Amino acid sequence: MSMTMTQKIIAAHCGMDEVRPGQIVMAETDMVLGNDITAPLAIREFEKAGFDKVFDRRKIALVMDHFTPCKDIKAAQQCLEVRNFARKHEIVNFYDVGDMGIEHALLPELGLVGSGDLVIGADSHTCTYGALGAFSTGVGSTDMAYGMAAGRVWLKVPSALRFELTGAPGRWVCGKDVILHIIGLIGVSGAQYRSMEFAGEGIKRLSMDDRLCIANMAIEAGAKNGIFPVDEKTMEYEKKTGRRTVRYEADPGADYEAEYRIDLSKLRPTVSFPHSPGNAVPVDECEEIPIDQVVIGSCTNGRLEDLANAAVVLQGRKVSKDCRAIIIPATQKIYLEALEMGFIRTFIEAGCAVSTPTCGPCLGGHMGVLAKGERAVSTTNRNFIGRMGHTESEVYLASPAVAAASAIAGCLVSPEKLGIN
Amino acid sequence: MKVKGKAIKFGNNIDTDVIIPARYLNTTDERELAAHCMEDIDAGFASRVRSGDIIVAGKNFGCGSSREHAPMAIKACGVSCVIAADFARIFYRNAINIGLPILECPKAAADCREGDELSVDFDTGVITNSTQGKSYDTFPFPEFLQNIIKSGGLLQSVKR
Ligand code: SF4
Repeated sequence: MSMTMTQKIIAAHCGMDEVRPGQIVMAETDMVLGNDITAPLAIREFEKAGFDKVFDRRKIALVMDHFTPCKDIKAAQQCLEVRNFARKHEIVNFYDVGDMGIEHALLPELGLVGSGDLVIGADSHTCTYGALGAFSTGVGSTDMAYGMAAGRVWLKVPSALRFELTGAPGRWVCGKDVILHIIGLIGVSGAQYRSMEFAGEGIKRLSMDDRLCIANMAIEAGAKNGIFPVDEKTMEYEKKTGRRTVRYEADPGADYEAEYRIDLSKLRPTVSFPHSPGNAVPVDECEEIPIDQVVIGSCTNGRLEDLANAAVVLQGRKVSKDCRAIIIPATQKIYLEALEMGFIRTFIEAGCAVSTPTCGPCLGGHMGVLAKGERAVSTTNRNFIGRMGHTESEVYLASPAVAAASAIAGCLVSPEKLGIN
Repeated sequence: MKVKGKAIKFGNNIDTDVIIPARYLNTTDERELAAHCMEDIDAGFASRVRSGDIIVAGKNFGCGSSREHAPMAIKACGVSCVIAADFARIFYRNAINIGLPILECPKAAADCREGDELSVDFDTGVITNSTQGKSYDTFPFPEFLQNIIKSGGLLQSVKR
């Protein structure tokens, strides 16, 4: 039987020649991830069940990113629990304030996850690593506890949707616009249970940062995972992170439930209106909605290229007096590189606040919570009711370039509208 | 492993917020969760449900947040199994992981009426509706998933 790329990776991790959609299998994990919100629960479950050893202290990653540097006593308590666990079990990949970055930016950057891997994480955006050709998916805290104890996860083999990308994206179109467009097309449960497998010559035109952003939001279409084929860009990226590239390819006759063709050259900068990532419209068709805050960061768009795009737009310009702009590099390495490239200076001179890595405002935690009636343009991935603060606040999802342009104008606009090229 | 009970029917897109409203998430006490199960969509559910009853629902059952409290509440009510056209994926995982058997079968879910007598054989994957005299084939659960459910949850199944 022909298999999809995802099915091949799963089969290889459960020692089978083939798997078929709907089949339930037990697979070996290469990495088990948790954060300061989900790990404490998993640790309690782990201990309650009487485990005293983790399966492999090198194959667990604990990243303190959501409410850190700790925003309140409860958050501090949660981090303490994880820190104690990490010390007790000598967890190698424990990341705390100082070397911490947002988990889904940090793990690929450090080469802790990569092509051919099977990764589970107690965080729904674990699907990000599909950009590198890994099978990775979000799970619950019980799954994480079992993963830490046994190095295994049970999985239902997914069927797949295929997205054939063609053409080259225009100047201000990036990965974010591609994925918002796709979610608008298929809906927030359009890929439920399924893999989103990306293919086609258009992929060559997408940088690794673009791909990470696209795979990151597969969950916003309900997908189990999103995955890209391994190519030269993957190998180049993995060479830098010191990993050996492992290539799995979809069989020529692999079965897809549906196929979509996306011409990247036809896409325009896109924005998703409140309160669903599926409410996607080209930004040049929108009226100029006044906004109170811009956030550029998160596991979706806090990488170097994202900051570079924002810097081009903000260079020599000022954030509107009626708007606050918050920029959060996703990892320490990205922060440092942005500093060396002069982006941080550009941001500060434009009137932006720049923060140490944290999820912070993305989930309404800290560092930019919205008041009643306020509106934000944000490069994050969810605009559910109350996601960034008050239940009567609004979040518009967009690319870093659109967010930066909106900060200058004080309303939702594309960089083109401001004459920036 | 087999279960048998009366069907209680629900529609499409039953989300985790109606299965167990967020205002009750400050507890993990199973009996307390059970008392509020389905409260926001069917206020009489918790007092009506009998041990062994089977929930039958439409598409996307359990969509929304990843709270494990939702399958916990259903299981603590005495519900023996949930049959739906399909499930939201994290709910699906969480249900199995806490030992609540669930099965996908769009046909069985569509045919079934409130109060029908159902039985499910997890070894063969066959659902029988004895009120209507019909039966349906689904994927049988592999042995290790049956073990999880029999032991009452994923961690119980591997407890040392
Ligand atoms: S940045 Fe937002 S979406 Fe990403 S891991 Fe943090 S809270 Fe989750």
